[in-house]
Amino acid sequence: MSCESCTNELTKSLYLELEKFINELPEKRGALISVLHKAQSLFGYLPKEVQVFVGKKLGVPVSQVYGVVSFYSFFTMLPKGEHPISVCLGTACYVRGADKVLDAFKKELGIEIGETTPDGKFSLDALRCVGACGLAPVVLIGDKVYGRINTADEVRKILSEY
Amino acid sequence: MPKIMSLDELKALRDNVKNKVDLRIKGENVDKMVVVRVAMATCGIAAGAREIMNTFADMVREHDLDYVMITQSGCMGYCYAEPTVEVTLPGQEPVVYGHVTKEKAKEILEKHIQGGEMVDGIIPVAHKSLDE
Amino acid sequence: MSKYNMHILVCGGTGCLSSQSNLIVENLERYIKEANMENQVQVLKTGCFGFCEKGPIVKILPDNTFYVQVKPEDVEELVKEHVIKGRRVDRLLYQDPTTSEHVEDSKHMDFYKKQQRVALRNCGFIDPDNIEEYIARDGYAALGMALSMSTQEVIDEVKKSGLRGRGGGGFPTGLKWEFASKNAADQKYVVCNADEGDPGAFMDRSILEGDPHSIVEAMAICGYAIGATKGLVYIRAEYPLAVNRLQTAIRSAREYGLLGKNILGTDFEFDIEIKFGAGAFVCGEETALIHSMEGMRGEPTTKPPFPAASGYWGKPTNVNNVETLANIPVIFLKGADWFASIGTEKSKGTKVFALAGKINNVGLIEVPMGTTLREVIYDIGGGIKDGKKFKAVQTGGPSGGCLTEEDLDTPIDFDNLIAKGSMMGSGGMIVMDEDDCMPAVAKFYLEFTEEESCGKCTPCRIGTKRLSEILSKIVSGKGTEEDLEILKELSQVIRDTALCGLGQTAPNPVLSTLNKFEDEYIAHVREKRCPAGQCSALLQYKITDKCIGCTACARVCPVNAITGAVKAKHTIDQEKCIKCGACMEKCKFKAIVKE
Repeated sequence: MSCESCTNELTKSLYLELEKFINELPEKRGALISVLHKAQSLFGYLPKEVQVFVGKKLGVPVSQVYGVVSFYSFFTMLPKGEHPISVCLGTACYVRGADKVLDAFKKELGIEIGETTPDGKFSLDALRCVGACGLAPVVLIGDKVYGRINTADEVRKILSEY
Repeated sequence: MPKIMSLDELKALRDNVKNKVDLRIKGENVDKMVVVRVAMATCGIAAGAREIMNTFADMVREHDLDYVMITQSGCMGYCYAEPTVEVTLPGQEPVVYGHVTKEKAKEILEKHIQGGEMVDGIIPVAHKSLDE
Repeated sequence: MSKYNMHILVCGGTGCLSSQSNLIVENLERYIKEANMENQVQVLKTGCFGFCEKGPIVKILPDNTFYVQVKPEDVEELVKEHVIKGRRVDRLLYQDPTTSEHVEDSKHMDFYKKQQRVALRNCGFIDPDNIEEYIARDGYAALGMALSMSTQEVIDEVKKSGLRGRGGGGFPTGLKWEFASKNAADQKYVVCNADEGDPGAFMDRSILEGDPHSIVEAMAICGYAIGATKGLVYIRAEYPLAVNRLQTAIRSAREYGLLGKNILGTDFEFDIEIKFGAGAFVCGEETALIHSMEGMRGEPTTKPPFPAASGYWGKPTNVNNVETLANIPVIFLKGADWFASIGTEKSKGTKVFALAGKINNVGLIEVPMGTTLREVIYDIGGGIKDGKKFKAVQTGGPSGGCLTEEDLDTPIDFDNLIAKGSMMGSGGMIVMDEDDCMPAVAKFYLEFTEEESCGKCTPCRIGTKRLSEILSKIVSGKGTEEDLEILKELSQVIRDTALCGLGQTAPNPVLSTLNKFEDEYIAHVREKRCPAGQCSALLQYKITDKCIGCTACARVCPVNAITGAVKAKHTIDQEKCIKCGACMEKCKFKAIVKE
């Protein structure tokens, strides 16, 4: 890392912001999930250190924090790529060939679900239903929705945009 | 916004804001409506069609005529007779009036729309409406 | 007073937003301003119109013109032709697939003819962010009426309407309210379950996006009826648009005094808070949902105690799903008798379905209970895509089952669907055609429940895993006839012994496909053949006599499975073939077939 102190500075300010959020909660009881949402939005993911921090601030055992983080699919303990790709595997997309779209992404990027490319550019995930079933099969890259993807060529074309 | 403190106040507010969605409700029930269509192409507007349209809109509001829908159309082709207004009563053929003035508009509303009786000024050509 | 004489409604649902409907709104506003018509033409972003297949939708009123698949670059023409000159832009109108004629008016589209919109009454009609538009549609008047009744009268009205829970189970809503009202406590809660986890279903989200105030109002009515002052909406964080619209709705309801203390001048107090889920299908189960709201793992607990006795933080809690609540205000406005006059004997009112899959008109529809599947699939849905043959429709998502050709004329209601081996579920309806392999569909659902099983009880945690393993074996051609027996037996055990609804219903897709398409399973295990041609492991690529020996296929084959002399027919070594399909794609003479 070329500038370790800046990243430390940055992380420190994130922790401060999270602490502020926790302190301003009207009630700490039952707030674990909303705190984790906040933490993930700040850090991008929930590494062990963040979970320990949250547990301490809320007065909840870390085991319980980890239990919740690992239970819900929305929470992740691994950093995402710069452009997180989510292939919808809802039923509507599935019957219109989403599994083949997913395979095309895996092949093109050389990674499996839950992994990130070595350059950190893309990460690949599957999700259940974006709600844009009229456009099935659907892929999300960041917040952008790509619909009616049918061929491996289209997958390549989409990736070339980034 | 002051808080609504009773059901009556809520109803008063509803009546006040009802016109926000009126046009859409009328659109849903267009076949049961009297449709007044003002030709609003360039020549119509130049001849004062917008003012006529507003006159109709004001009168409809004033008399609370829920069953009348005012809308616009493109050029109806009677450029010599602008402003032109097409009136369609439910289930009847459309009728087009030419050279409509504010006074004429009042007459059309009172006699034709409310009374069902046509008045002078109808353009006597076999007219095809926009939809046909 | 507004003098608008034209309203342009643009769909702002998730589907249409994905196709740039935001930009359409921007362009409309720009061109209308350029024409100096901003005082006459109002542009509004509404909730979902339901016709998602042809989105983005733009509807112009009062003449009801219905434009489909509008692109931002079409807007200039739309404004110049339709808005200014009053001429319809034919090429953007919906084209009837059978007559190829342009249908200018949404009322004449087959998609809308058989629908009756009760829960969706305001979706695609009002601006969801504007409370006054909701009030103009008699919004909050139902709350006013309820507050002038006794709590028992309110409950009786809901009971009389015959409304049953739309989340899946179909439990009578009035009865549920009554239970919660009878349990005395210092604090009670009203919970709206907006955790739509069924993959391929988007009814609840669309209601929240298109008509959030109906949920706010219904929760307040429920709060009054059961004696609760606090409401909670449990919603997935992955639904940012719905969350946003709901937050706006709650904020403006507070401003107008429709939430908070002394609502409408009475001493009734009620407020609503949003609780975020984090993606877990099991949280659709009441007890799991409540634990998740308490910040814990969303694991279910045994009932009783029911939430009506001991729910959120141990207090009496009434949980209703979004669509159920959306029906409540209408029941008061139009009367329980009116509501009860729609539908069948035991299933009253309408049901919203998310119609998706291999169907021409994917979208959100609402039909009276008792409508047949045939009407839904052929009249509203426009039939099967690409002229293929209808095979099955899955209702009830991963907890439901499939219905086939022979069920097409069955009136859809709670009890009929259960009798046919499926269930209503929350309203996902996935249509499948001849190319869909039923064991593979069952495997898809079981992989889902296996992944979503919370792991608390053994039958579900291990049982769904074993089911999905056996199904994988079958679709890859390694299954035996014995496996089919194990599937049946295991399914029965899971159904009888799992702790909660998720586990108990998890085997349904297996049982119902086995029941209705046993021959397909047998073809997989006995003949190692997939009749639908979907299971790639069971496919064989073959070269026919059309082959002229150009060698293109042999060169593209990644595993060198194709051999043959130049200008002579080639052959594929089935042992080596990895079924990638590259040869078939490459062949210019259509000489390679898949069977």
